[in-house]
Amino acid sequence: MAEDALTSEHTLVAHQFEDVAQQREASTLGMWAFLSTEILFFGAIFVAYGVYRLRWPDQYRQGSLELKWYLGAINTAVLLISSFFMAMGVHAAATGQIKTLIRNLLWTIVLGTLFLVIKGTEYYLEYEDGLVPGVAFKMEKPSESAQSGFARAFESFEHWISPVAKNRGETHRRSPQEEQFMMFYFIMTGIHATHMVIGIALLSWLVWMARRGKFSAEYHNPVEITGLYWHFVDTVWVFLFPILYLLRNP
Amino acid sequence: MSATSGPLPLGFQGAAPAKPTRPAEPDNYLTHEKGILSWIFTLDHKRIGVMYMVLVLSFFALGGFFAIALRTMLWSPVDFNANPAHAKASYDLYNHFFTLHGAVMVFLFIIPAVPAILGNFILPMMLGAKDVAFPRLNLLSLWIYFTGAVFFSYVLLSGILHAVFGWNIPGGWSLDTGWTFYTPYSSSLSQGAVVPAVLGAFILGFSSILTGLNFIASIHMLRPKGMTWFRMPLFLWAIYSTSIIQVLATPVLAITLLLLAAERVFGVGIFDPKLGGDPVLFQHFFWFYSHPAVYIMILPAMGVISEVMVAFSRKHIFGYNFIAMSSIAIALFSFVVWGHHMFVSGQSPLSAAVFSLLTFAVAIPSAVKVFNWLGTLYQGDIRLTTPMLYAMGFIFLFTIGGLTGLFLGAMSVDIMLTHTYFIVAHFHYVMMGSTLFAFLSGLYYWWPKMFGKMYSETWGKVGLLFVFVGFNLTFFPQFVAGSRGMPRRYASYPVQYQAFHRMSTAGAYTMGTGLIIAGLTFAQSLLRGKKAPNNPWGGSTLEWESTSPPRHDNFEHTPVAGDPYDLHGIEYDPATGGWFRNPNAAPAPATHGH
Repeated sequence: MAEDALTSEHTLVAHQFEDVAQQREASTLGMWAFLSTEILFFGAIFVAYGVYRLRWPDQYRQGSLELKWYLGAINTAVLLISSFFMAMGVHAAATGQIKTLIRNLLWTIVLGTLFLVIKGTEYYLEYEDGLVPGVAFKMEKPSESAQSGFARAFESFEHWISPVAKNRGETHRRSPQEEQFMMFYFIMTGIHATHMVIGIALLSWLVWMARRGKFSAEYHNPVEITGLYWHFVDTVWVFLFPILYLLRNP
Repeated sequence: MSATSGPLPLGFQGAAPAKPTRPAEPDNYLTHEKGILSWIFTLDHKRIGVMYMVLVLSFFALGGFFAIALRTMLWSPVDFNANPAHAKASYDLYNHFFTLHGAVMVFLFIIPAVPAILGNFILPMMLGAKDVAFPRLNLLSLWIYFTGAVFFSYVLLSGILHAVFGWNIPGGWSLDTGWTFYTPYSSSLSQGAVVPAVLGAFILGFSSILTGLNFIASIHMLRPKGMTWFRMPLFLWAIYSTSIIQVLATPVLAITLLLLAAERVFGVGIFDPKLGGDPVLFQHFFWFYSHPAVYIMILPAMGVISEVMVAFSRKHIFGYNFIAMSSIAIALFSFVVWGHHMFVSGQSPLSAAVFSLLTFAVAIPSAVKVFNWLGTLYQGDIRLTTPMLYAMGFIFLFTIGGLTGLFLGAMSVDIMLTHTYFIVAHFHYVMMGSTLFAFLSGLYYWWPKMFGKMYSETWGKVGLLFVFVGFNLTFFPQFVAGSRGMPRRYASYPVQYQAFHRMSTAGAYTMGTGLIIAGLTFAQSLLRGKKAPNNPWGGSTLEWESTSPPRHDNFEHTPVAGDPYDLHGIEYDPATGGWFRNPNAAPAPATHGH
């Protein structure tokens, strides 16, 4: 049965399949079908965001200006590099280099976790900035004295790399539409982060399986389809980053 | 798990359908393993199908009970002035009742009915395969359905139980938004348990997605030698089209419900105009899923009809390619017609006109199917068994449902008829008259294969008579009442509509009786049914080449597929009461084929 097929050495093929190739093709097809579900899942919220962004361009631009674009940029780099390691891992698995596979998977996990840490930092800074919709949204940016030293450090760093930013933020009154922007920001990045957590869990499972000698050049479809998933989650971020952070000039 | 399987009785090894003398009962999927855990953790698509059947039919009973309760409340109008407090409580209860009925029937019954029950059981067997492509994902899908369905019905029921019996059930609010969760009522006004109900629907969506994904991969990868795409049984084309919709449309509902829940929890406007949101956007998103979902409900039903028509007309299907392609066409059209639900919601006249035109276009593939079924019947050797009668009922009712759909697709007529009982009648003709009839047709058709027992034709037909008469008595008067202005979703009405309402209510009871008779027929079959032959109807698709009930791995030898509707050489054997493929039959006449 399928149970035995995946865990024993000699029968790698589940009983509904004829051979390894058919099984591998089926799981790849299954993952692509799942990713098409994901595209529609994210697609709908991109459309909703687009509708409101076009309706309130100025307020949404103000929202974009309040985000820490440099943290988003660093995260983009982190994620793209993690995708590189993932691709190397899949290649290693396909050529049967299990040690290299494990090393690449671990690097992917480290970078994925780093992404989440940076994202978490951003969430915290946004909380201090009074940008959390519904819960802790303030119609005016809190004064510097009301913020923690941690947040102030980021603030001065931001002024240093981008002096123009000095003139914005402090005085402008926030609008309900900006709160709506932040709502979309948190939902979109939150769903993305949830996908990252699931991805990291899958990668950890792959490492565990690889250590137990489950993968070979002949049988490695779990690595391959997890790779597809990981690249997809990266790609979503590649779209999220510009539409949330970078559309900030009139 | 295979280690626990006993050796097969020797007599089974060479058993040809023509010589059914078996010394002992052969091992089958029902007896393969014992114990409740062997069911809960099974990876066998047949057991998963049977478990779906038990669950889905239980929720069908729940939804049906509330349909009857609704109709009972509508027997007489409520006089508001006589006792306002009482009337208000009664109105509230009515809102909870119709929400429960609609939501349970849509999410827990019609969507999973044909794909999850018949699809799970029959699809791998039609492919000559041992299982679906991802058996564990299949089991996960069942568990998700179970979790979601129990939670969802708990949410919907708790408030009703509190209102009716005064029981204090935690979280007891129920839902009064209708199954559509329209904003802004759902986002800020309703007192109901919107967030938990939304969560339930969200969970159920995943079950639907995973089943669809599994079927797509199975149909792509597991077809046997000789089964090209255009040699697939039409049921598989129908399931394939359905699965595409499930995979592509359901996630849009999921994200929409998530946004709705977030809006309600955090109070930040997304769909609520008071908070700066746009309620029409919600409707766009909702119907972007829910209109295709209508075809998730009807397409597999159409697939069942194609199979039943062939088996009981003893004739090759007429227009195979047209039926196959019309399924795909309906699936594609389904994504571009959602705006016809919103003719009165504030769309631009241009988009309304485009949606109207596209809606009319859906009638083409639908009619292609109907005419091809009629073409299959023409000059066939028709046997009026219970499944065949249900299938004919389907064609009759689907035609009425489909043609009244054209009324509603025409903008000017829709503006008059929308929000009236005309709509209620229309979609019940399509959803219930068509899908339920096809589901029952398929259940009767494959029942002998599933459980190895025949059912009583007499009682099957008696049940059908009650269901058919009851159905038309319930819903036909609603067309008339609706076209005379009776609005839908109202708990009371002016007396001029009372005759229509009473006919409807009487019809609902008749239909309920018929469904209970059908249920008893199935129960009687399980307990005392005659043993079913392997191929009781003379079907030509691969599932009939297995034993009844099938063995654990479906087929002793992987069957080779040819033309799925090649009835040539399938002969009746009076000794078993079943049919078998005679390898020595005279060669097929040259005129045969499609």
